Amino acid sequence: MNTTTKYAATALAAALGVTVLAGCGSDDGSAGSGASKGSGSKTVTLVSHDSFNVSKDVLEAFTKETGYTVKTLKSGDAGAALNQEILTKGSPRGDVFFGVDNTLLSRALDNGLFTPYEAKGLDRVAKDTQQDEKHRVTPVDTGDICVNYDKKYFADKKLAPPKTFADLLKPAYKNLLVTENAASSSPGLGFLLGTVAAEGEDGYEAYWKKLKANGVKVVDGWEQAYNEEFSGSAGGKKAKADRPLVVSYASSPPVEVLYADPQPKEAPTGVATGTCFRQTEYAGLLTGAKNEAGGKALLDFLISKTFQEDMPLTMFVNPVVEDAELPELFTKHGEKVDTPPTVAPEKISANREQWIQSWQSLVLK
Amino acid sequence: MAVAGPEVEPGKRPARPAPPARGAGRRGAALRLGLMAVPVAFFALFFAYPVTAIVGRGFRTDDGWRFGRIGEVLGRPDILDVLWFTTWQALASTALTLLIALPGAYVFARFAFPGKQVLRAVVTVPFVLPTVVVGTAFLAVLGRGGLLDELWGVRLDTTVWAILLAHVFFNYAVVVRTVGGLWSQLDPRQEEAARVLGAGRFAAFRRVTLPALVPAVAAAALMVFLFTFTSFGVVQILGGPAYSTLEVEVYRQTAQLLDLPTAAVLTLVQFTAVGAILAVHAVTVRRRERALKLVDPAQTSRPPRGAGQWALLGGVLLTALLLILLPLGVLVERSLDGPGGYGFGYYRALQSAGSGATSTFLVPPLEAVGNSLRYALVATLIALVVGGLAAAALTRRAGRLVRGFDALLMLPLGVSAVTVGFGFLITLDKPPFDLRTSWILVPLAQALVGVPFVVRTMLPVLRAVDERLREAAAVLGASPLRAWREVDLPLVRRAVLVAAGFAFAVSLGEFGATVFIARPDTPTLPVAVARLLGRSGELNYGQAMALSTILMLVCAVSLLLLERIRTDRSGEF
Repeated sequence: MNTTTKYAATALAAALGVTVLAGCGSDDGSAGSGASKGSGSKTVTLVSHDSFNVSKDVLEAFTKETGYTVKTLKSGDAGAALNQEILTKGSPRGDVFFGVDNTLLSRALDNGLFTPYEAKGLDRVAKDTQQDEKHRVTPVDTGDICVNYDKKYFADKKLAPPKTFADLLKPAYKNLLVTENAASSSPGLGFLLGTVAAEGEDGYEAYWKKLKANGVKVVDGWEQAYNEEFSGSAGGKKAKADRPLVVSYASSPPVEVLYADPQPKEAPTGVATGTCFRQTEYAGLLTGAKNEAGGKALLDFLISKTFQEDMPLTMFVNPVVEDAELPELFTKHGEKVDTPPTVAPEKISANREQWIQSWQSLVLK
Repeated sequence: MAVAGPEVEPGKRPARPAPPARGAGRRGAALRLGLMAVPVAFFALFFAYPVTAIVGRGFRTDDGWRFGRIGEVLGRPDILDVLWFTTWQALASTALTLLIALPGAYVFARFAFPGKQVLRAVVTVPFVLPTVVVGTAFLAVLGRGGLLDELWGVRLDTTVWAILLAHVFFNYAVVVRTVGGLWSQLDPRQEEAARVLGAGRFAAFRRVTLPALVPAVAAAALMVFLFTFTSFGVVQILGGPAYSTLEVEVYRQTAQLLDLPTAAVLTLVQFTAVGAILAVHAVTVRRRERALKLVDPAQTSRPPRGAGQWALLGGVLLTALLLILLPLGVLVERSLDGPGGYGFGYYRALQSAGSGATSTFLVPPLEAVGNSLRYALVATLIALVVGGLAAAALTRRAGRLVRGFDALLMLPLGVSAVTVGFGFLITLDKPPFDLRTSWILVPLAQALVGVPFVVRTMLPVLRAVDERLREAAAVLGASPLRAWREVDLPLVRRAVLVAAGFAFAVSLGEFGATVFIARPDTPTLPVAVARLLGRSGELNYGQAMALSTILMLVCAVSLLLLERIRTDRSGEF
């Protein structure tokens, strides 16, 4: 062996060493999933966005029931996670994708991501959430994007909080609302679509012109809007925020109660129930899934009572099946939002870019 | 550098060795190739191939390649706005950073004062902190109710000044370390000699010190320009929807809109710009390696004398306090400020969230620390092996091709994490490299960013090792490996440690790749912070602040350890 090959061999050995070491790391690295590579067919892989969450005992119940272990892969926010699925179409990373909502549904369906499967128990699922008669996707949850208000601010000012989209244009609420960029934020887009649904495709532009004249502030994401600008949040209070109205979720007030120590008797924030846009999240069996049987079992499980009743306190969304009960936290501190006007997924798909662009030139410029 | 004898006095070019025999030359070339094989393969597989594939997909349609898209995209007024903003804010940020940090570089180089080591570690903390965390802190100083607002009623949070100042905050350490590192080794007696010979204070500085410093200042300026030109988090969080850089636009077009053609054009534009910056950087770095008479930095610093020097020291310390310590302090303050007054309530909540972690969303904080450390450790090992081999190959007097490779290694700094991450998805999907769902992708992506730091830290030290030592070892019968172990390794050991520390700290704070790459649920500290901030509720917010403080401490401690083993020439970027 001459010196050159010796050198190359050392280099290779070093590289291998890293790989081997890395291999060791993976054993304790995947402690959460507990899945072993050898029994591939007994593992079902769920791909989702970063907000996906489930109680561990619920997952264990699924394993007990079906024998399948769930491995979860999260990859970015809802938009980024879906786009990664589209890029890997035909050779997916997992078996089931959860987290495509009605604003992006057409993009997923048009790209042929999903294989039709009619989940067991679909008859219990609210009919208005079932958007695809071919059953390529199964509705799993709904959530409402609504304007939240800071109760203390309006009590101190002896001012009634706004209730509807039209209220937001009143001079009494001038310079009070903060929302998110519709081009990059999911609640921002939801709020824009809410105005399209309420004011019509011909009327939403005029509405936003007036809303801008009434001093709406736009920031990039929910985190900045809620934690920095909204006076009703913990971060906002510390940052001396001066906007008592924020575009957030109908579930935000109960969450404020849940994550306070000690828990207050009443939520510090409320919901303007006439300013909502309903998001429905879907799951589907990925075309080309390695474990189709496991994927189907997982889809059945996503609309089971066990999973549906777990969601409100883990992902802060509403169940879609009629026999699931909401936890007390939600019935007590959440406000009931009647089904708001909506925009059909095909229509959103056809107009999304154009609506966002005209919104950007109206509001941001 | 205590271990290095006089023959490796930093910066002193070793005397040119006698021309090697022909056989030795050939063997040297083969050796170089062998050493380069691993880094080249690494970059080809985990950088060039994925990035080319994703960019290629943007240009290809069913009827072939469509390069006409470049013109179409670049003709759009909104894209031109982005290009213009990206460029001018980077220029302005660089100028502002130099203006504020150069006095700092001088003070750190020339003055001895208590707490200097700690302060130098602390000013580097922002550089490795994720922007999700720092954005909040920065708003607290510049925004409503912040210090400026209280004192003068000035609010900068909605202006472009917030972006520029945040860039200074992040890059202060780059200038202080790169310029200050060299400055501390310039012999002050040279300038004194000039003054004795009748030159005025300014003339002496201009003619003696300045020419020696210019390459270092240029190199630092180019690095700051590179970092601000590709700025992502700062612009997104502090700039709001009104401002967008190329990097932010690439992210929006790729991750949000899946408009791959536009993203591909923008990636190419950024790539070209970054390539040009790096080419200029390579030239200035090389020029800097010319012989300078350098001395031990311990000899050049002394306590300040006279009112002017005290004022300078005071000014620099005040700037560091306002610009860097204050925002960091805000984070700590908020992590302690609970509803019932100050206390460790949020830290305790982290603990209880840990023990009662019944769901998959959050992990106990210690586990997140463990995940972060584990990823960072693996990333550091990869970066050390790849970067170390590259540096070893580049040490030897080499042709233009090899020198170009030096600049090539820096390219990942100029490519968006989303481009690399999405590129992984469409390329690493076939055995033996079906790594798309493997956790190893995260450290691999982090190592891409770590390698340039390793190379930049190790190369100057390796180049300062006298070639004759290696030859002597060879003559005495040592194999190249043995010669390396006995000659190079002891001399560069500390540089390796410093390089490892940097790669480690950068991986620790890395957020982009970690978030885009799907992985089994092992959130790192920055990811856990982002998750907490993504939920309403006072406890979530408080815990995010507490976790950020922990992240900050972990970063600061690793940097402080670095300070203690810092070598003379390796503090640069």
